[in-house]
Amino acid sequence: MDLSYTPAELEFREEVRAFIRDNLPESIRAKAGLSANYHGQDVRTWHRILNDRGWAASHWPVEYGGPGWSAVQRYIFMEELLQAPAPEPLSFNINMVGPVIYTFGSAEQKAHFLPKIRSLDYWFCQGFSEPGAGSDLASLRTAAVRDGDDYVINGQKIWTSTAHEADWMFCLARTDATAKKQEGISFILIDMATPGITVRPIITIDGEHHTNEVFFDNVRVPVTNRVGEENKGWDYAKFLLGNERTGIARVGLSKGRLQRARRLAELSEALDGKLSDDPFFRRRCIELEIELKALEITALRIIDRQRKRNDGKPDPASSILKLRGAETQQFSAELVAEVAGPLGLAQTHGGHVPWQEFDEADLTAVLGAVPNYFYSRAATIYGGASEIQKNIISKAILGL
Amino acid sequence: MDFELSSEQSMLKDGVDRFMAQRYSQDARGRFMAEPEGWSRDNWRQFADMGLLGVGFDEALGGFGGSMVDTMIVTEAFGQGLVVEPYIGSAVLAGGILRHSEFAGREDIVADFVQGARILALAHEEEGARYLLSHVSTTARQVGDRYVLDGRKVNVIAGDSADILFVTARVSGSVRDEKGISIFAVPKDHPGVTIEPYLGIDGSRHAAITFAAAEIPATAVIGQPGHGFAIVERAIGDGIAAVCGEAVGLMDAMLKTVVEYLKTRNQFGGPLGRFQALQHRAADMYVATEQARSMAIYAAMMTSDANDLERRRAMSFAKVQIGKSLHFVGQQAVQLSGGIGVTDEYIVGQQFKRSTALERQFGDVDHHLSLIDHLDRRR
Repeated sequence: MDLSYTPAELEFREEVRAFIRDNLPESIRAKAGLSANYHGQDVRTWHRILNDRGWAASHWPVEYGGPGWSAVQRYIFMEELLQAPAPEPLSFNINMVGPVIYTFGSAEQKAHFLPKIRSLDYWFCQGFSEPGAGSDLASLRTAAVRDGDDYVINGQKIWTSTAHEADWMFCLARTDATAKKQEGISFILIDMATPGITVRPIITIDGEHHTNEVFFDNVRVPVTNRVGEENKGWDYAKFLLGNERTGIARVGLSKGRLQRARRLAELSEALDGKLSDDPFFRRRCIELEIELKALEITALRIIDRQRKRNDGKPDPASSILKLRGAETQQFSAELVAEVAGPLGLAQTHGGHVPWQEFDEADLTAVLGAVPNYFYSRAATIYGGASEIQKNIISKAILGL
Repeated sequence: MDFELSSEQSMLKDGVDRFMAQRYSQDARGRFMAEPEGWSRDNWRQFADMGLLGVGFDEALGGFGGSMVDTMIVTEAFGQGLVVEPYIGSAVLAGGILRHSEFAGREDIVADFVQGARILALAHEEEGARYLLSHVSTTARQVGDRYVLDGRKVNVIAGDSADILFVTARVSGSVRDEKGISIFAVPKDHPGVTIEPYLGIDGSRHAAITFAAAEIPATAVIGQPGHGFAIVERAIGDGIAAVCGEAVGLMDAMLKTVVEYLKTRNQFGGPLGRFQALQHRAADMYVATEQARSMAIYAAMMTSDANDLERRRAMSFAKVQIGKSLHFVGQQAVQLSGGIGVTDEYIVGQQFKRSTALERQFGDVDHHLSLIDHLDRRR
């Protein structure tokens, strides 16, 4: 048993750190440092810089353009990105649709889509949730009806994040209305430029446009855009949701927020000196730090176990990482918001804020803190709500 | 990075697990506790035969390994079965004094201990200390080639069984100073030493030990006079790591008991385990246990870290997580067991008592959070 990284792994960490330092554009770095929202163009720019280095698709097989890294290297890479901080490669492309295509797709699909997914020439969004199908995803109703060589798609998706940036969608649609609910679903790739698609923004409680509703009105999609077999889409979706979950705790993100909370606390007055000297504040920071240390080691343990088992199946224990990871993301966002105090309560959208106390960077951190806290509440809801993760643990691990 | 046990460690684990399965039923445990010393000498001999008493010492000292991971393997198995023998008190704490010091005759003591021929104890805690490690009011006054010890120690594990007591006493400074503490090796039945055994709430055996003008030869000082704190701190650090291992085993056992109960206890026409409120509680217990396991591994790795500040900070990190997890898992184990959970007879009741004791041993959550803050202000 050995908790330390090997010299080669430490060297790798330095290599990643240096690359980010030397190549991350200053404008993106500034936004990243303040948890400000990236523009689509920021994500594209940075994703392509990583892709040119061969690092965009960190866990893909080498034959499809992956760098051939170990699980530990991938973990180090993600942590360095989050801590830098820098945007992650687009998860929809790299963690979600890419692996489904190289595992279940046709030769033509692999040849056409994988390079464009990796380079972000195609930006994919995820068409899973529907108004009537949230945690109970398999009850989705969007229908794909066969008509010659096409599917004709009608229905509605919701919570479709980045649909307004996307070139393509990977979509679950019902291809057999008579089968049991999990058995009549197919996995279909849809060009967002196809006639009949309407994208309508949903503004979230942080005042930002992250997500959307998407409506399908007789949208014709060639049958060749279906991945894998007809009516087997549920299996592919389960594969997708269980794939590469070890980075999901996003420990680096919370560590970055903790640093920011401590930094802002040094600037903030408290009853008896600076807030950074307040024992209660310090205690909360320490408790978060301990939680993050435990989470980091748990993530490494799960990676290590997966590496040794090497069967490619998701480990139900990774539900710990989603569960506690989301909670620590929320706790850290809340901590920054509390440090921001009353000055953080100013509305930042479409208004002028006359605070004169801070320099620009700290002011942006203060003003972004409460919106970030608001949006952090989504972390325990998306990607399998916390309650779903507890269902998984109690069934798959405890046998209840 | 690697979380796998070596083949020797796997064998060690198999051996201890087998011993526990064969020897340590709840009934047997009750019989061991009823023995004169509150634990079984026969078990201790088996520990010696299995090599368990040597795992904490490296080979140069006459042991079989010296890695804290080995010790954790043993204490984790012991935690699962609520072992009452004073393994942590003797092998880890008193053993820690031997590991982290140098003095004439040390190898002989280790050799005897590893064979099970001598029991060791650390007499350090005092009534007024709460969890403060440097609190030593027991005094050692030098008179010629002897020291005269006066004071009183409490919570001494195996205090009434020990052949040698390692006793901390102050040669200079004030009660809470880290400087000025010496460690003395005091043999059993020494004049001026009174030992009063008592029972802990978890059925474990402790002693209060009074020193009244007890004369100890200057040759019995371990390490540099006045510089004992660093040795005690290392020994207690090892103790924290060992307790973390025990706690993880204990939480595993509580979770297992509870899950089994939820599967078999029928109410409202079916097993309790079909209710989501209870499933989610059990899932939370599982998460708390796994987070504790991660920090127990961290503690075991960090006991050998040469940087004092980082090592102490890591031990406190681990003890905070372990304390929080124990608190949650222990209370929920009782809750999910229903009425039987608050009986003295049921295993969960016994486990809860032990978990409560472990929460406090070497410092509770509040203490270690304060200690981390204290260390951070010095960084």
